[in-house]
Amino acid sequence: MQQPQQKSVGKKEVTLTINGRKENLSILPWVSLLDLLRDHLDLTGTKKGCDHGQCGACTVLCDGKRILSCLTLAVMKNGSEITSIEGIAEVELHPIQQAFIDHDAFQCGYCTPGQICSAIGMLQEGKANSRAEVQELMSGNLCRCGANIGIIDAIMQVKDGGSYEQL
Amino acid sequence: MNNFEYKKAQNVAESINLVAGRENTKFLAGGTNLVDLWKYNITNPDELVDVNHLDELLQIQTLPNGALRLGASVKNADTAYHPEVENRYPLLSKAILAGASPQIRNMASNGGNLLQRTRCYYFYDAEVPCNKRIPGSGCPAKDGHNRIHAILGTSEHCIAVFPSDMCVALAALDAVVNVAGPAGTRAIAFADFHRLPGDRPDLDNTLKPDELITSIDLPDNNFATHYSYLKLRDRHSYAFALVSVATALQLDGDTIVDARIALGGVAHKPWRSVAAENFLKGKEATTENFGKAADLILEGAKGFGNNDFKIKLAKKAIQRNCIMALNPDSQEPGAQPSA
Repeated sequence: MQQPQQKSVGKKEVTLTINGRKENLSILPWVSLLDLLRDHLDLTGTKKGCDHGQCGACTVLCDGKRILSCLTLAVMKNGSEITSIEGIAEVELHPIQQAFIDHDAFQCGYCTPGQICSAIGMLQEGKANSRAEVQELMSGNLCRCGANIGIIDAIMQVKDGGSYEQL
Repeated sequence: MNNFEYKKAQNVAESINLVAGRENTKFLAGGTNLVDLWKYNITNPDELVDVNHLDELLQIQTLPNGALRLGASVKNADTAYHPEVENRYPLLSKAILAGASPQIRNMASNGGNLLQRTRCYYFYDAEVPCNKRIPGSGCPAKDGHNRIHAILGTSEHCIAVFPSDMCVALAALDAVVNVAGPAGTRAIAFADFHRLPGDRPDLDNTLKPDELITSIDLPDNNFATHYSYLKLRDRHSYAFALVSVATALQLDGDTIVDARIALGGVAHKPWRSVAAENFLKGKEATTENFGKAADLILEGAKGFGNNDFKIKLAKKAIQRNCIMALNPDSQEPGAQPSA
């Protein structure tokens, strides 16, 4: 395939607060938020799955909302607060992280950072009122190992503060 | 993937100035489709002009005539969960929430939803011919893998479908698209916004290259009681529609006073039939009458082999969705059929 002729483009100055830490960055306009985290800041907890918005592995929280970092240009988020999996736990594990351990909510673990960020985003949105709604509102995160039942169990435990309906 | 420049202006007028007359400069909103197309080498912009931050595009407001105006840069999720949308246009809320995933709905803009490109496999594969991507190169879908393709309004040049859910509801609700460009502003009726492929499948819609969608107006109506959005797809959630149906009814007892039925996943634009809607006026709300309306909507439907099933599926989906519209609470989450 013929490659398009590449033009010379300068870097942009961007300020992001990432996991509570302010970062002044100089980046090219086409760097995705995902590549910024992984390749520029060595925050490799956020995973690159499909890189096309189909799998949810790259989910992070941007100003508290869950988004896909692979389809987000980092320059678009100048001034925003980003939370990746590395910023979820404070002194102890986040309750969602603990619930994932309790419910064996992963096998290979590759989708897990995205699942956890997505679950936290979903609980903050407050729109999931039943198990079926949690399933629907977690459908943007694929698990190819098939740990989905454990994932939903873990989220239901946290959502309901400990009491949940086992399948 | 090519290099591109990134720019931001202070307002709509300045943003349009940055794009006017520059063929390869594109507006950037959520980026969920544009960035993906760029990664696949389907679109190669020289410059992107970010319009996410423009206050003029970030409002949802009721107009003096009762219409609800949805700003073009408002996110799909914020639109679907907005109290005025949930209360007055629940059909739109349901349709938006049936599309994409929660993460993508948090990113994607209202204007961008209207402008998303088809997910035809051949369009998305830069290595093969496609009349939408390279006019005159051919359409491999007609004789190829066409399970997801159109059954209505096709041409010999293109059988792609427009993939939006939100737009199926906007079509049913007679929305109006407000746009601004170097020559000023204009309002486009929703039915005139997207186009059929004809001999120019490269044109998805009637927006000019340097025009920007600024808002979408929903006329005041009475479709908040009997409505339903049904989406049938290859997996339970997070997949594009094989067939989707938006239905809105006004009833007097069991008699239909007004009806709107729009289909997604079957054509190059959301599909409506005035004849079918007129047929239903004054009729009883029965499966049989909805079936007759479905036959009118699907008049001329034609399959291409793998997608022949869509014709029968669409008829059943229309009937089922119209019955669900009588009792919207019966529906399962995620635009599924009622239990």
